Amino acid sequence: MRLLIIEDDRDAADYLVKAFREVGHVADAAHDGEDGLAHALDGQYDVLIVDRMLPKLDGLMVIGTLRGKGIETPALILSALGQVDDRVKGLRAGGDDYLPKPYSFSELLARVEVLARRRGGRNEETELRVGNLHLDRLSHSVRRGDEEITLQPREFRLLEYLMQHAGQVVTRTMLLENVWDYHFDPQTNVIDVHISRLRSKIDKGFSQPLLHTIRGTGYMIRDGAR
Amino acid sequence: MTALGKLFRTTTFKLTLVYLTVFALFAAFLLGYFAFNTRRLITEQITDTVNAEITGLSEQYRQGGIRRLVISVDERARRPGSSLYLVTTFAGDALAGNVTALQPGTLDSPGWTETTYRRLDEADEREKKHPDHHALVRVFQLPGGFRMLVGRDLEERERLYHIVTAAGRWSVAIVIVLGLAGGLFVTRRVLRRVDAMTETSRSIMAGDLGERLPVAGSGDELDRLAVNLNLMLERIEALMKGLKEVSDNIAHDLKTPLTRLRNRTEQALRTASSEAEYRAALEGTIEESDGLIRTFNALLMIARAESGQSRDDMAEFDAAEIATDIGELYEPLAEQKGLALMVEAPSPAPVKGNRELVSQALSNLVDNAIKYAALPDRPEGSPPAQIVVQAVNDGDRVLLTVADNGPGIPEADRQRVLERFVRLEQSRSQPGSGLGLSLAAAVARLHGGELTLADNAPGLKSIIALPRGGPVQIAG
Repeated sequence: MRLLIIEDDRDAADYLVKAFREVGHVADAAHDGEDGLAHALDGQYDVLIVDRMLPKLDGLMVIGTLRGKGIETPALILSALGQVDDRVKGLRAGGDDYLPKPYSFSELLARVEVLARRRGGRNEETELRVGNLHLDRLSHSVRRGDEEITLQPREFRLLEYLMQHAGQVVTRTMLLENVWDYHFDPQTNVIDVHISRLRSKIDKGFSQPLLHTIRGTGYMIRDGAR
Repeated sequence: MTALGKLFRTTTFKLTLVYLTVFALFAAFLLGYFAFNTRRLITEQITDTVNAEITGLSEQYRQGGIRRLVISVDERARRPGSSLYLVTTFAGDALAGNVTALQPGTLDSPGWTETTYRRLDEADEREKKHPDHHALVRVFQLPGGFRMLVGRDLEERERLYHIVTAAGRWSVAIVIVLGLAGGLFVTRRVLRRVDAMTETSRSIMAGDLGERLPVAGSGDELDRLAVNLNLMLERIEALMKGLKEVSDNIAHDLKTPLTRLRNRTEQALRTASSEAEYRAALEGTIEESDGLIRTFNALLMIARAESGQSRDDMAEFDAAEIATDIGELYEPLAEQKGLALMVEAPSPAPVKGNRELVSQALSNLVDNAIKYAALPDRPEGSPPAQIVVQAVNDGDRVLLTVADNGPGIPEADRQRVLERFVRLEQSRSQPGSGLGLSLAAAVARLHGGELTLADNAPGLKSIIALPRGGPVQIAG
């Protein structure tokens, strides 16, 4: 995966470039808005990571200009402004995801990987499948092997989101944002309990678990036999 | 000099000048009109009298010829306060009458004329001292070449006219003097108050936010302005106080975990010898900094809610839906801790506000309830622990209630726990920043509502009361 990091804090940018390289991605860095825009225009990138406040050209302007030229490279906005309205502004300007500073690298990595994969278009599929687990988005039914699994509506959406991103790490905040549409941080980790409930419904009694906990980051659904 | 200049430049003074001009013009017009009409009336009376005399004298002439006319005129001329008479021959020689020294040519033109004259009975020696009098006369041509002049003195008319015009001049002068004096007085009074307000606002600008503008107590527009500005100052002072509290809190309460963080890292550098020990120290550092970030975010959020900035993106939403959603989010956690969580939100409860913030406030209350209702030291034989989340309409308010049957909070401590970072002794062992309740309270205040803590007998009942939105009440 090729990434462009547009961030004026050189230390932060260097750290990100190094960290992404360590996990096997290629990352370039630009340190102001104009430079970043030039890079984004002629380079082939899978995801852009754009700081909100940049010298010369504001981060939102960079994304807006790209979208105006028909370049739809997914963009994640990093910002020190973490309020609801700031996020709305960022997404309205053409950003695809928004991560307030300070963030953890594992959170950023998970979100970037999801963004890069979004182009695959799993959103349109009516049936999702991981191993022998089937989810039918039209009839809202879930099956594992031959066994019908009954899920509450929210559990269904949770599983649907996980299966849409099968093989990818999904963080707790991503789940809270995408399944519950909450952008705040509950004091206790309520998501874990929801996951363990879901797990008891889809994995219990099967020798091969599908829903895995990724320590320190989040969760991933994947066919373990792969 | 500059003080006077300031006085003349004030709005009040300019208004005074405008009013003064209008009133002076009006007074002048009124008196002028009065003078003109008085003069006309007197002239009319004179002409009537003169006409009647001419009719009478003509009758005498017709009956008894020139001799009778002369006798008649002589007789009339001798009466006190008489009119003016003169009868002449065709050649102009006076036959009878009491006037002389007429303006030359007066007798040549029949009809009405104004002329100067002198009475015959006035001594010649006084001629120089007495200027000629004015009279309105009518000259009449008698058959046989004789001419007759009858007239009245105009002195009365002139005197009256002069009295009226003098009164007019005086009254205009008085209007101007009084108006100017009154205007200056009022202007100075207003200017003094405005100066006092300016003075106070200067000292407020210089940093003394505790000062207030003077209110005279008369309830006039300046008072209302001062009262409103004072309200504004109070709001600003409250905001500044909030800001100061936040920075104080940051200074005091973030320094402690920061110091802990630093100590821990330092100690690891000094004493750790294996990779596992370093790893454990680093993990502890990350955990500690996550806690710090969380506290910091909560503080910022409270400050934002209290400054009213989030008021911009308020929209209509259903509080019942929020109660259901938050209940559903926390239900598995409650169950895991052996608590029953129930939601009672029977009908839509419209609220105008920030859905995200209200959700977070309610989630904090539920989180607290789960933490404290599930404390392990429940007495033997007590009823099963449960939490009830409610959203109900209560008149023009919507109540979001979280009730538990845990240990509750002693009445004396209920107000205190709403303050930032206050955590009661028995809860020190529980994780949390101590900001949950103050955030909920700030969110309630932002929406024009309030957070109250009540006794659930047993347990705690936290109530967020918000003004009801929706079609029932549109104006805020």
